[in-house]
Amino acid sequence: MTTGQLGETPTASHQNKAPSPREALELYESMVLIRRVEERLRDDSAAGKLPGAVHLYIGEEAVAAGVCAHLDARDYATSTHRGHGHFLAKGGDVRAMMAEIWAKREGICRGMGGSMHVADISKGILGANGIVGAGMSIATGAAFGAKLDGDGKVSVCFFGDGASNQGALMECLNISTLWQLPVIFVCENNGFSEFTPASEVTAGRISDRARAFAMPTAEVDGNDVTDVWRAGGEAVRRAREGGGPSFIEARTYRIQGHFEAEAFVLGAGRYRDEEEIEAWRRNDPIARFRAQLTAAGTASAADLDRIESEVLERVHDAVAYAEAGQPADPELAQTLMFAPEEA
Amino acid sequence: MARIRLIQAIHDAVVEEMARDPKVIVYGEDVELSIVGDLRGVHEQFGHDRIRNTPICETTLTGMAVGLASAGYHVVVQMMFSNFIYTGMDAIGNQMSKLRLMTGGQMELPITIIATVGGGSANAAQHSDTSYPVLMNLGGLNVAVPATPADAKGLTKMAIRSKNPCFILEPNGRGGELGEVPDGEHLVPFGKAAVRREGDAATVVAIGRMLKPALAAAETLEHEGLSVEVIDPRTLVPFDEDCVLDSVKKTGHLVVVDEARECCSAASQIAAVVAEKGFDLLKGPIRRVTTPNVAIPYAPNAEAHVIPGEPRIVAAVRQLLGRTEKVLA
Repeated sequence: MTTGQLGETPTASHQNKAPSPREALELYESMVLIRRVEERLRDDSAAGKLPGAVHLYIGEEAVAAGVCAHLDARDYATSTHRGHGHFLAKGGDVRAMMAEIWAKREGICRGMGGSMHVADISKGILGANGIVGAGMSIATGAAFGAKLDGDGKVSVCFFGDGASNQGALMECLNISTLWQLPVIFVCENNGFSEFTPASEVTAGRISDRARAFAMPTAEVDGNDVTDVWRAGGEAVRRAREGGGPSFIEARTYRIQGHFEAEAFVLGAGRYRDEEEIEAWRRNDPIARFRAQLTAAGTASAADLDRIESEVLERVHDAVAYAEAGQPADPELAQTLMFAPEEA
Repeated sequence: MARIRLIQAIHDAVVEEMARDPKVIVYGEDVELSIVGDLRGVHEQFGHDRIRNTPICETTLTGMAVGLASAGYHVVVQMMFSNFIYTGMDAIGNQMSKLRLMTGGQMELPITIIATVGGGSANAAQHSDTSYPVLMNLGGLNVAVPATPADAKGLTKMAIRSKNPCFILEPNGRGGELGEVPDGEHLVPFGKAAVRREGDAATVVAIGRMLKPALAAAETLEHEGLSVEVIDPRTLVPFDEDCVLDSVKKTGHLVVVDEARECCSAASQIAAVVAEKGFDLLKGPIRRVTTPNVAIPYAPNAEAHVIPGEPRIVAAVRQLLGRTEKVLA
């Protein structure tokens, strides 16, 4: 469903389209990979095996998968502190990501960034980011570069409802509209700014902030990967064709806490009800898509089970790779700060 | 050798590098008209894809530089007054100074930020700061403080060719000053200080806008029979420790003149380095001549009262040498 002053008319190639069977299975695999990775990190975090905190994406997989399905390695994406899903959906290597989270030399960032900072510049993954909202201007700058290159690249900014309260959003909506930059702002409205419900800190509809700039805007069911895929396809097509920026607000829900082990810092404090979490568990994006695929005859349960077991094998392999890795090189902190001066 | 103004030197550096490398992109507030004067005519010469005005949104201007650099461009951001750096601080403090390390060396950040530093123009406290201490402390940023047109050109060209984030901090109010600039390709490497005046009685390190009063002080002291060596560090990150230590080895005395506020100033850092690495070379205490820990006042007389000038530099050297004589007696 696309709304907004410029987006009212359904002219999109993706508007009423559904993913092809091959695309559907790729979406399924992408979501399942994220889920299994996050479940493993949840368990290993609880077991005390991870050196740092992890912020998990369970329940929100459809957003990263549905948007990134339209991207190539040459496109750019910026992510959040909850960034494993974007990294994987954009084509990041699961072994290198796990080795990074395990603080190993083989990590994608050589153990210098960790969970909140997984990045693969060679694939346009400009990084998860520990500063809420910081990716907005980075994605906008990359989109400026893409526009100057003039070869149809696009830039996607994933951010949350919490980040939508940073002033940088207004600045980036303004400049990307003025300069008609090929950037897609994807707000993952998961209902919480860390430990505070959105209703306490976010006024109005987030998507209205983009409509104020006459930016093509879509509100989608963030737990329906097909809905996200359609809106993402439309926005990416618009950006590639020189049609400028778009805004997608995906309504979803954060099943896990702000970060694993939050119970230790919350003490007796509570910020949501168990019933609410249960209700969203019943709205699981992977289970919903699985039911759609089997009902439509796109895939059999056996096909999907095979994907599930292959993915689980990849995750086991990635963790084994990470655990067998070498400790990070502490000297890198000295040598990596500056590139050598050549001139 | 051509005799040109400091802002013209920065202009020439930017234009030469834009002509040399089509990936050099310039943006900032009012850069097309160039109110500061250092980019005048560049828009007419290179057009909208290479240099353009932006909205007033420093948070995004610095952040966009990170993204545009990641997309393979060399970004030059003109930020006018260095106080505006504070508004754009997230991308400076959390992104461009850190992401090369945080990405394991994957991300190159060829970003040059040009801004004026210092007071002396009755612009009041929000347009008069000397903001490099906070930049120096971030660790991943080169910080250049050119005091002459030749250095302004050579350091700016060096910054634009670098793959690292670099700040070119122009001395406020000195943009119109003339100086000789070598013809042809002129690059000044980072981390090489310049001895502006030789002497053997005391070493005065004078940063950026403080070079002029330090040279005037040296002239005054020469008439008193005190020969002062004046060092211009030219870049604070990286810093030429050897040049200063070599000079202190000769003179035995150090005065550091810095327009930044005293607390955690560049002068404090330089004093600490010499105290740690050159303690045995010193014949007396190190003196810092800095702005006190106050906001710069508007009234010109009040402003002149807090910003270091020739009389305070002269007094510091006299006091240092006078004390030494007493100790030796």
